[in-house]
Amino acid sequence: MALYSEKVMDHFRNPRNVGVLEDANGVGEVGNAKCGDIMKIYLKVTDGIIADVKFETFGCGSAIASSSMATEMIKGKPLSEALELTNKAVAEALDGLPAHKMHCSVLAEEAIKRAILDYYKNAGIPYDEETFREVECCHEGE
Amino acid sequence: MQVYLDNAATTKMSRAAIDAMLPYLDGVYGNPSALHSMGQRAKEALEEARQTVAECLGARPEEIYFTSGGSEADNQAILSAGAMGARKGKKHIITTAFEHHAVLHTLKKMEKDGFEVTYLPVGLTGNITAEQVREAIREDTCLVTTMTANNEIGSVLPIAEIGAVCREKKVLFHTDAVQAVGHIEMNVAAMNIDMLSLSAHKFHGPKGVGVLYARRGVALTNLIEGGAQERGRRAGTENVAGIAGLAAALKEATQHLSENMPKVAALRDKLIKGLSAIPHSVLNGDKEHRLPGNVHFCFEGIEGESLLLLLDEFGVEASSGSACTSGSLDPSHVLLAIGHPHEIAHGSLRLTLSEYTTEEEIDYALSAIPQVVERLRGMSPIWRDKVNGRKPILLQ
Repeated sequence: MALYSEKVMDHFRNPRNVGVLEDANGVGEVGNAKCGDIMKIYLKVTDGIIADVKFETFGCGSAIASSSMATEMIKGKPLSEALELTNKAVAEALDGLPAHKMHCSVLAEEAIKRAILDYYKNAGIPYDEETFREVECCHEGE
Repeated sequence: MQVYLDNAATTKMSRAAIDAMLPYLDGVYGNPSALHSMGQRAKEALEEARQTVAECLGARPEEIYFTSGGSEADNQAILSAGAMGARKGKKHIITTAFEHHAVLHTLKKMEKDGFEVTYLPVGLTGNITAEQVREAIREDTCLVTTMTANNEIGSVLPIAEIGAVCREKKVLFHTDAVQAVGHIEMNVAAMNIDMLSLSAHKFHGPKGVGVLYARRGVALTNLIEGGAQERGRRAGTENVAGIAGLAAALKEATQHLSENMPKVAALRDKLIKGLSAIPHSVLNGDKEHRLPGNVHFCFEGIEGESLLLLLDEFGVEASSGSACTSGSLDPSHVLLAIGHPHEIAHGSLRLTLSEYTTEEEIDYALSAIPQVVERLRGMSPIWRDKVNGRKPILLQ
């Protein structure tokens, strides 16, 4: 059996939403170069809806595929829904990830949460600190 | 186009090796320990192979022990030297920081049993000098074990000089020559090597068979008990076909060494020259003392596994020392040993050639690799930060 599912390979070969959003109003970056993966998510939020999303990823095949899939899953969705996206859902949508690659899907979930937190902060919107407790303290850059 | 550039991992079997094996897979299936004719025919094949290997290495047939491969030979050599040393109260071993794990993990195990190990630093070039070995040798040193050539970055160590120092200091010298045998000149007598490990599948022989050369007078410790095979030092019915294949492959590689070395090295140099044009990259390993078939680069701002997967899409089969390809969190100990930070070590690419590699294949690889690097850099946030001056560029 191949290391990755066909779905992972498809999103790796043809990543969706790759690039930078110049007019992003929420940006989240997680991971660090030392560990070999960095994920950065750009959000354009309009009226509480993710109107556009882009990503940049430095990392392995599953990190790129996870970012691609996660951005597809939140595009056009209200922030409340995007906040509920779990790493498990990303991995399942990719038809599974090898056990030692599950952390790539965790990075995708956290990058999105951090980007939304950044949006709330930029827009001065009050937020529930508990929702962002983990992304606030973990995965600080190098 | 499919381009196989992972010959340090394993090689395609040569026709000569396959032909040498076939009679013992399909026909002569006797056990070499049996007295009947078919058993004796298998025994003859075994001893003929031993003779051939001995000639190729500059050894005597009775100094050749067939094993399951390079790792077993490394384990047995080091544990044997340790046992010999311990009997005399000598429990110090010298090695290098960039050995194969078959050596390093064996030594780690011995450290728990009271052995002390000196790991010689390999510097930014990725090599050591015989002088470093001389300075590290102590009264209680029982073994020097250094690889002949590094499996990742291709540096070729000064084995003859190290061997001379060890002989002068009367310290046992083992070399893991898995990457070297069949690719560069090796002669255990001329190089003062006491023990040497090799593996057939690195020089177009079959997988699962190797050799431990142990000079007369070296007392081997058995790893496997249960029979009188290999002069009582390695129990288990011999892998007759594999051994015949090993000998045929080694004979062929040795006979063609002088023509293959410059031919492969010329393609290697073309590949190195072409890849050096990729900005913010570095060639790893000793530039001068280098395996004819090894090219090893780090590219800043990208990660090795995605590099390999994309190259595979182009049909280029290569390897990397990045953490993501090994399932561990840390990148290759070899790249860390030559002073690369983790970030750079993650972006590594190993391309290893053989005499079957063609110029057309190298040209194709040279057209694919820069595209793949550019594509991955194009989606890398850390690369963007570097290009925009927000983070320092490490490889100038």
